[in-house]
Amino acid sequence: MVARAEDVIPQRSALWAFITRWLLTTNHKDIGTLYLWLSFTLFFTAGAMAMAMRLELFEPGLQFIEPLFYNQMLTMHGLLMVFGVVMPGFVGLANWQIPLMIGAPDMALPRLNNFSFWILPFAFGLLISSLFMDGGAPNFGWTFYAPLSTTYGPPSTDFFILGVHMMGISSVLGAINIIVTIFNLRTPSMKLMDMPLFVWTWLITAFLLIMVMPVLAGAVTMMLTDRHFGTSFFSAAGGGDPLMFQHIFWFFGHPEVYILILPGFGIASQIIPTFARKKLFGYHSMVYATAAIAGLSFVVWGHHMFATGMPLATELFFMYATMLIAVPTGVKVFNWVATMWRGSMTFETPMLFAIGFVILFTIGGFSGLMLALVPADFQYHDTMFVVAHFHYVLYPGAIFGTMAAVYYWIPKWTGHMYDERLGKIHFWMAVIAVNLTFFPMHFTGLAGMPRRIVDYSLQFADFNMVSSIGAGILGLSQVLFLYIVVKTIRGGEKATTQVWEGADGLEWTVPSPAPRHTFETPPEFPPVMNRDADERTPVSTT
Amino acid sequence: MNDTRNNQRKHVIVLSVLAVGMLGFAYALVPLYDVFCELTGINGKTSGRAVDPTTVSEVLLKPSDREVTIQFLAQVGNGMPWEFRPTEHRLKVRLGEINTTNYYARNRAAQAVTGQAVPSVTPGYAAKHLHKVECFCFTQQRLEAGEDLYMPVKFYIDDDLPAELHTLSLSYTLFKVQVPKGIPETLSSVQEASSGGTLASNQK
Ligand code: HEM
Ligand SMILES: [Cu+2]
Repeated sequence: MVARAEDVIPQRSALWAFITRWLLTTNHKDIGTLYLWLSFTLFFTAGAMAMAMRLELFEPGLQFIEPLFYNQMLTMHGLLMVFGVVMPGFVGLANWQIPLMIGAPDMALPRLNNFSFWILPFAFGLLISSLFMDGGAPNFGWTFYAPLSTTYGPPSTDFFILGVHMMGISSVLGAINIIVTIFNLRTPSMKLMDMPLFVWTWLITAFLLIMVMPVLAGAVTMMLTDRHFGTSFFSAAGGGDPLMFQHIFWFFGHPEVYILILPGFGIASQIIPTFARKKLFGYHSMVYATAAIAGLSFVVWGHHMFATGMPLATELFFMYATMLIAVPTGVKVFNWVATMWRGSMTFETPMLFAIGFVILFTIGGFSGLMLALVPADFQYHDTMFVVAHFHYVLYPGAIFGTMAAVYYWIPKWTGHMYDERLGKIHFWMAVIAVNLTFFPMHFTGLAGMPRRIVDYSLQFADFNMVSSIGAGILGLSQVLFLYIVVKTIRGGEKATTQVWEGADGLEWTVPSPAPRHTFETPPEFPPVMNRDADERTPVSTT
Repeated sequence: MNDTRNNQRKHVIVLSVLAVGMLGFAYALVPLYDVFCELTGINGKTSGRAVDPTTVSEVLLKPSDREVTIQFLAQVGNGMPWEFRPTEHRLKVRLGEINTTNYYARNRAAQAVTGQAVPSVTPGYAAKHLHKVECFCFTQQRLEAGEDLYMPVKFYIDDDLPAELHTLSLSYTLFKVQVPKGIPETLSSVQEASSGGTLASNQK
């Protein structure tokens, strides 16, 4: 066996050991943990900004926050949530779980894995530091449309550009690593069509990442040269076209929103069968539906641009293509429901979050369909209705998905069961608060309240107050989540190897907590799930 | 084990090439976008080239009976100190017939300023039916302080203009040709030439 870094580095002091352990680690479990903590930290950072914004919106008028600063926080909130919370959260889960689920000893490129992670704190540090710079942070929204971000962007825009480049590199390297791992390190008896759905959805997500993150990098590079080197990609004065920015951005942007949800689909597809104690209904159709969604996501970007004055034929094309995506999405929802149908269901916290995911994500899908109708979108575009739509797909979608995964797998990670009672309280708080916060935005949006705005007219006051109260509860519920996670790490009822009665898959054959090194030799697939596994069975640890 | 290594290396290379290729694709979108807009004319961008009147004489032989209204609009870009307006606001023209109108520009600033007009046609898909024999937008204009100028546009609309169209508008936005901040004064002439170059190559 090859000597490992942690075996050969001389141990100087406890602190030094701690630093090198985390800084130099190439262990997929350590790196997964790092990603998850980064995501969690940024979740609270971006969440605090959301709290500040909702505080300002509690009542009409200007109370607490300067409009210019509001715009900066709005931008930072969006960027951090998308690139700093949801994406690293999913990558963390992938790092922990993919090798465990396919019977691999580690990721295929462990040192690259370390590098991909350690770029991120610097990228986000750079981004956040722009809040304290002269002229303020970027204030043009997470979509950074030109010319707002080129001609009119504050000086800190250049730090934003560098930050985007860094996280783009990190994502692409991470994606390459995941694909190579899945193709090469799978235990030989597991065929592609045997892979758990979390692995499948991540495989497809990784391809999306490799294909669109470079396009984002191209867009910000064009911005950079437009800003400083005299090119005119997005400037009409020099023969360029600001509208082209939107085309390039959304060519990245729509696949990006699927990057933000596909792993969540995978998580729901793991959890629901476990707690329904049935096999996943329609495994093959799930895989094909995921691939279809990913393929279609490249030809629908125009639905973000209906209001830019596109010709009729183009509007029709993007409208039909967008509505077509609802078909494979519908297949998935159908399969989840069919899996639960006549199952012997129990409602532990991961299952609650998964069911919340299915129901609320579907509501987000419906508002998406409304937005996909060109004439309707002329009214809804750039209103709070769009905000309601994407928060319904992202909060109960991507975020609930991640939380479901944490509750589901944390016994395997820590060896302790979380506190079920607190978990349930967390769920009910979160699910009620999410609806309180975001449902009223449908109404204010339909009634004409614009998005990205610091103040609003009086008729929207009541709904906004409800949203703000919901947001406060939602924020508190996540503090409870942090408490639950910390409590689980520090102790709790011992978790069994299989953890969940209905669990199936390779990750449930290694002891809890999972030892540092697992599957040094490829395991047999499918595993024999021993329902009464004896916890004291000796397991080889290195 | 060695087999896996080789396979891994192959996969890493293929995937990296894909990533770099997609970066190239992002840049390829720029000319593709222009070509696409030019072919379909859906962006309201008119062709940046003058049409040679001798090649259109054929059309001129048989101006059609169909008449449409063309409206002329003018805007000035940010920080552009010129007065800029069309001399006529609308014109009834027959398809296939060459017409001329003038735009008026006057530099209100106390120093010389160079301007570049960027045309746009509404509705966008009419743009490819509007042909310019001569246009001030093909070149940059430089006006001394207080100087003014009448600038001609000579154009015709071809016979293939979709039947449902009765009115179209031709709008010009006049931009100040700017020296990006941070570039030393001595480079400014190079800068002007090169931004003109970008323009020319984009409109090709
Ligand atoms: C049935 C599926 C979906 C449909 C038909 C759909 C449709 C749309 C449409 C038409 C818009 C543009 C609205 C406008 O700006 O006027 C939009 C915006 C958005 N969608 Fe979706 N969507 C779907 C699913 C999703 C999913 C799964 C996500 C992410 C997980 C998502 C995230 C977003 C985001 C972030 C925006 C707003 C972007 C912005 O302008 O800031 N959507 N959606
Ligand atoms: Cu989209």
